[in-house]
Amino acid sequence: MQSQRVWLLGFWASPFVQRVKWALKLKGVEYEYIEEDLFDKSSLLLKLNPVQKLVPVLVHNRKPISESILILEYIDEVWKQNPLLPHDPYERAQARFWAKFAEEKVRESTWDALCSRGEEREKAVKSSIEALEKFEEELKLKGTKFFGGETIGFVDLVAGFISYQLPVFEEVGSMKILDSSKFPATFDWIYNFLNHPVIKDDLPAKDLMFDYYAKRSKEISDEKDSCRNA
Amino acid sequence: MEEVKLFGYWVSPFCRSVEIALNIKGIQYEYIEEDLTNKSPQLLQYNPVYKKIPVLLHNGKPIVESMVILEYIDETWKNNPILPEDPFEKARARFWANFVDQKCFPALWKTIWSTSEQYEQNKAEALERLKVLENELGGKRFFGGDSIGMVDIVANFIGFSFRTIQEALKLDVFTEDNFPKLWEWAENFANCSPVKKCLPPQDKLIANFPPAYMGKTLVSSFQSRLQLQFHPPAAAK
Repeated sequence: MQSQRVWLLGFWASPFVQRVKWALKLKGVEYEYIEEDLFDKSSLLLKLNPVQKLVPVLVHNRKPISESILILEYIDEVWKQNPLLPHDPYERAQARFWAKFAEEKVRESTWDALCSRGEEREKAVKSSIEALEKFEEELKLKGTKFFGGETIGFVDLVAGFISYQLPVFEEVGSMKILDSSKFPATFDWIYNFLNHPVIKDDLPAKDLMFDYYAKRSKEISDEKDSCRNA
Repeated sequence: MEEVKLFGYWVSPFCRSVEIALNIKGIQYEYIEEDLTNKSPQLLQYNPVYKKIPVLLHNGKPIVESMVILEYIDETWKNNPILPEDPFEKARARFWANFVDQKCFPALWKTIWSTSEQYEQNKAEALERLKVLENELGGKRFFGGDSIGMVDIVANFIGFSFRTIQEALKLDVFTEDNFPKLWEWAENFANCSPVKKCLPPQDKLIANFPPAYMGKTLVSSFQSRLQLQFHPPAAAK
């Protein structure tokens, strides 16, 4: 492969991969996309990410970088146009904080809610709502179109799953997490985000996501139940 | 004039990380010890989302979450960088810092709080993680090369406190035989002056951890008393 060529190993449904695709598009970086079957991982993936064996993996100048948030940082440092992070160190710290929060508190609890049942699911739904309330508060405080200000930035990309994936989780699990009357700023943000030219043309198909996550939700919940009963 | 304050807790390796970074950069700071069973109004004001230490206050502005603080310190004070300049090497360092933080620390922490039934399984997980880390260290003196960097800093728990606690509890997780390279790294790390300055006193560390194999009831009641002070990590997914 030519040394300047950029490869992205990904999986169509992965929100982690989606973040990276959006970042590359925002920067105008050409890349080759390689779809991985996460249930039958290629030897290429295992070679490029031997520690975690996960997507996304970005390959640039023949060197692999893994972990979506680290990849976003790398992309921002290598391709300086349309910066994702602010320039000022304090503002950068705030962005990193909220990106971490979106990933660890919001996304993880919504995933837990999807992949559990009964009381465990109720608890995860409650945690998701509590986390989203903090997110809502921060959005209100900022009062801008996006977390990044008037343009999409680091936090918007990391939190982007809220806009298109969370509604699918809610439908699959018949759960109500994002109530529009309780999260007006978040809903405004979702509207702006989904209508951004880079985002709206690059989203996984809703019906395919529904089928995939319905299957995963059942598989993981069944597995948890059988571990408990073992 | 710069005003730097750090709200911390004496046993927290996350606070140690921040202190080591500040010491590497030669930054003067005021350290404020928090009572985690009775958190100060300032802590709650500066970290309303998590209400946790460490909190770095720089000229009145709070920065929270230890890894975010380390990046802030490196970007604000340019001397003695703790991250490499090259973007790929920087990404590598961040990757391994995350691995230590999210995979190694929780696994080691679990071994300390194990009951006799849980110990062997928790030990096996910890050994697996340490092996990966030992391979990454390879022939280097430190993860950062010739001087300590972000990965070394984040691994401070392995470098000092864990060995002290494991010796007191007579655990056999991190041994020189099993991990000769990491063992040597730990010796070198603990002897670096930015690290030595802020290590918790050994006797105080030992006094705060119960003997292993106390039995489920005793360990869990101790744990619930400590719950307010230091949250054991959630079970690995």
